[in-house]
Amino acid sequence: MDEHTTPPTPDAIEAAIGNLVEDIANRHNQTESLAIIGIANGGIALAQSLRKRIGEKLGCKIPTGSVDIAFHRDDIARNPIPKISSPTDIPVEVDGADIILVDDVIYTGRSVRAAINELFDIGRPNRIELAVLYDRGGRKLPMRPDYCAFVRKHTDDHQVEITLDPENPQNHAITVS
Amino acid sequence: MKFNSKWTRQHLIGIEELSREEINIILATAASFKQTMQRSNKKLPTLRGRSIVNFFMEPSTRTRMAFEVAAGNLSADVITITGNASSLVKGETIRDTAANIKALNADMIIMRHSSAGAPKYLSRVVDLPIINAGDGAHEHPTQALLDCYTLQENLKNIEGRKITILGDILFSRVARSNIWALKKLGAQVTVAGPATLVPKEFTQFGVEVCHDLRKALEDADAVMLLRIQHERQNATHFPSIGEYTRMFGLNKERASWLKPDAIIMHPGPINRGVEIDSQLADSDRSVILQQVTNGIAVRMAVIYLCMNASLQSIK
Repeated sequence: MDEHTTPPTPDAIEAAIGNLVEDIANRHNQTESLAIIGIANGGIALAQSLRKRIGEKLGCKIPTGSVDIAFHRDDIARNPIPKISSPTDIPVEVDGADIILVDDVIYTGRSVRAAINELFDIGRPNRIELAVLYDRGGRKLPMRPDYCAFVRKHTDDHQVEITLDPENPQNHAITVS
Repeated sequence: MKFNSKWTRQHLIGIEELSREEINIILATAASFKQTMQRSNKKLPTLRGRSIVNFFMEPSTRTRMAFEVAAGNLSADVITITGNASSLVKGETIRDTAANIKALNADMIIMRHSSAGAPKYLSRVVDLPIINAGDGAHEHPTQALLDCYTLQENLKNIEGRKITILGDILFSRVARSNIWALKKLGAQVTVAGPATLVPKEFTQFGVEVCHDLRKALEDADAVMLLRIQHERQNATHFPSIGEYTRMFGLNKERASWLKPDAIIMHPGPINRGVEIDSQLADSDRSVILQQVTNGIAVRMAVIYLCMNASLQSIK
């Protein structure tokens, strides 16, 4: 089995998150208005992990929140309302902030577009960067993550699901079905 | 909040047919919208290019405005037609008026009507999502939903809470919708007021019927006051307004029988000095204006959910 068909192990996932932390912390060790915003719902757990570890590394508390992209989706007529609801929660002034937008998987890029629109409804960030754990290919919009742990190519009939457990990294899982 | 099922209804006719989970989906969606209403840019692009007709055959200030604001916040275009300004006065039937609304490319009708069952009828004969904004003495689903939302916001949970509905229960669609909603969410509901307006038959809805005001208010977590509906009464159900106020009007002393942190609710319009003492209506315990604001968020949720379900079905 090559690396394109075998999902990463919990250890590999934990190490990859460590690399994301390293990259973001290195680039932002001088940034004053850094905020980490997870895209609900997939990006929330990763955003929390990054907040804790980047905060430890930089020796400060990093404001962390989440964006609900439901009302900016471009597929309102195509898909039923998702089963999970979590309102946008950003504990920091969006105007002028340097935002790391976080998601677990990047696919078509539509969620990222919706998340950026949601952020701009609230304010005008200084900069938005994108961090994802898993790039599965299949982009339909010109979006490219600034930080990415795994890059794989999957066809449209594949589904990638990610479970992260910051308390117990041995429960991290990426399943492709 | 996680749900086991997805929203599939195109119409919202009454609370009676909703499941507890469906009510919770609406309340959770409303919470997301309430958050967006606090932004300086209150407009979401969600329903851009969709048009909604507010078809109001009965007077309304709050409900009509809240639906207009809600649809506007979702970027839908809204047209309001009121009873005496429509061709209904020229003899056109509701069915034909609604068919014409559809022919004019509307995507949804929000309807208020003095006859119970009018929105249900419309949902059967016109192929458009219909939201009931109050039909006769039948139901006023969005009022009950915004009341539940306000209760949840103030009391955190509704399950097991004692909620007293006080006033004209007999003629009130707000009472009926609230009884359905509160029972489904696990509240203990007491209905109170003069025996002529609070008949014993209401016990079949699983509520306690109480004509002793003190007993009804004691230990309640919230009291919902209802307006005396002069317009729906063709016989006198109590001797005089003054008599009603003396026996059942909520004043400072009677409000002290409630739990210390209990809230006072009213769907509006309030008759100051009749069902509620004027100062009490403006007191800290009164959440009357909070209800109005929540009415926008809840109606955004209902419009959004039903519109989405309707667009899926034509896909």
